[in-house]
Amino acid sequence: MPTIAEQILSAKVGRPVEPGEIVRAPVDFAFGHDITLPPAIEEFERLGVETVFDPERIAVIPDHLVPAHNEYAAELYGACEAFAAEHGTVFYPQGSQGQEHVVVPEDGLVKPGDLMVGADSHSCTEGALGAFATGVGSTDLAFAMAFGWLWLRVPETTRVEFVGEPDPWVCGKDLVLAALAELGVDGAVSHAIEFGGPVVRDLPMDDRFTLANMAIEAGAATGIVEPDGITRAFADAHAGGEYAIYVPDDDAEYATVATIDCDGMEPRVAVPNLPANAVSVSEVQTEGVEIDQAVIGSCTNGRESDLRAAAEVLDGSEVAEGVRLIVTPGSRRLERLCVEEGWTATFLDAGATMENPGCGACFGQRTGVLDAGEIAVSTTNRNFTGRMGHPESEVYLASPAVAAASAVAGEIAHPEEVA
Amino acid sequence: MGRAFVFGDDVDTDAIIRAEHVTSADPDALAAHAMGGADPTFAGRFEPGDVVVAGTNFGCGSSREHAALALKGAGASAVVAESFARIFFRNAINVGLPALRVESTAGISEGDALRVDVGEGSVTDETTGEVLRAASYPAFLRELVDAGGLIEYGRRLLAEGGEGPDGPASRRAGTGGP
Ligand code: SF4
Repeated sequence: MPTIAEQILSAKVGRPVEPGEIVRAPVDFAFGHDITLPPAIEEFERLGVETVFDPERIAVIPDHLVPAHNEYAAELYGACEAFAAEHGTVFYPQGSQGQEHVVVPEDGLVKPGDLMVGADSHSCTEGALGAFATGVGSTDLAFAMAFGWLWLRVPETTRVEFVGEPDPWVCGKDLVLAALAELGVDGAVSHAIEFGGPVVRDLPMDDRFTLANMAIEAGAATGIVEPDGITRAFADAHAGGEYAIYVPDDDAEYATVATIDCDGMEPRVAVPNLPANAVSVSEVQTEGVEIDQAVIGSCTNGRESDLRAAAEVLDGSEVAEGVRLIVTPGSRRLERLCVEEGWTATFLDAGATMENPGCGACFGQRTGVLDAGEIAVSTTNRNFTGRMGHPESEVYLASPAVAAASAVAGEIAHPEEVA
Repeated sequence: MGRAFVFGDDVDTDAIIRAEHVTSADPDALAAHAMGGADPTFAGRFEPGDVVVAGTNFGCGSSREHAALALKGAGASAVVAESFARIFFRNAINVGLPALRVESTAGISEGDALRVDVGEGSVTDETTGEVLRAASYPAFLRELVDAGGLIEYGRRLLAEGGEGPDGPASRRAGTGGP
């Protein structure tokens, strides 16, 4: 009695499949980025095939180290550029660059019902479309680009239901942090997480991408948001054409069902060093956590509603002395939208640094690297030891509104107190 | 025979290979920084044949294959853990690093002499005499491991020009997809 993940994989493989089985599944779309694609190219060459299975179903999206900050990054970019040119794949060159999990849905490269693999762990993000989207390694990507299929273990499904009436400041980030606190960082290893419930039915797509994005932080293969009219409207606007909507059967069998009661839920903050360490923002406030840096962006929270929420909180305010605020729009379209909507002016007036679209400061390599003893509040998805720089730095994960409010307050704050 | 290097639960990929060292996909170069985020002295002490032992959810975090490659480059005869993060497990199989899942690693102490038999799926702690049974690989994964990893398996498919037994044609070049 199939869950969404089982229905999608059954449709792809052409027969009913069961959790635990290993199947050879045709992929609708595959992509890699500037760190994972170059090793995949080497493996692809070892296979000895001359062409990819279908260039229109493969994208090369350099976003981690773009623009290059050292010679190694430049070499990686060059490898991506050469591969895309040789095989005629979809390509996002510098100048049209964007964060991969923001541009793939925005440009309609993946549709509801698709099977997508990305050589990036947050490739579960696109599951927000009601697709089976999963992260793989470079060797997997090489194989998928050559053969057009990949071995997959059909996952068990963990169902997460959000019920109740949250506080108006609660967004997708808070919901997923609450779910992670319930599941734990190994609460759904290799499972598909299926997100649903009345709170999700009201959620805009941007928030749904945030939900699905962090499924991997519970170890999941994919995070599928139950699709509905909001999904269809997004797919029609961004992808067009035909797609398949799968909803779970009434008697779908779940390995686990977690119900998250959102009644009165306040914004959440995941304290160091695990994304599942989520507590309410007021609990963190009683500790008085002073921050050195605030980061708004990434595949988790670099979309339109995230930038709007940050601009609304920052409007007319200034970042506290000694705090560095970094804002990274997820795509070129969003970068322009920030200018058109006046958000860029708001960010700059507040004293923020605007970065080019891409991964930005999320992973402590190219920009916004933290020194020993420094503390950041960030809208990204991981606060592991050393994730954003020095092993003795610390990261608190929160929503864009909380990160913006904290930048103004100089310490982790509830947006209500600043806006 | 190798020595056990024991770690806890939730060892993430930043602990296995710090992002700043992901400047090469060469297993030998990566080996110099293996486990550096968890124990900077590891690479200097670990010798080929030694075994990485951990609790649950080993390799969580990033999809970077560099983590599996660093341990392969260091010459680990296997990683033995109570459970693996999904992408790390895939990567290990795909690059030919044995990843063995056992019920409990609690009885293994740092420095114990371990004998790992991947084919048989057993881990013998010669220091304590305890024998652990590893979960067996499904047939398809055994095929991959026997072939020497995913790429070797793919080369064999191409050489045979065959089709997958329960899936689409092994190579769909030019077919325009499913
Ligand atoms: S934004 Fe951060 S988490 Fe997302 S793909 Fe980039 S580095 Fe990874």
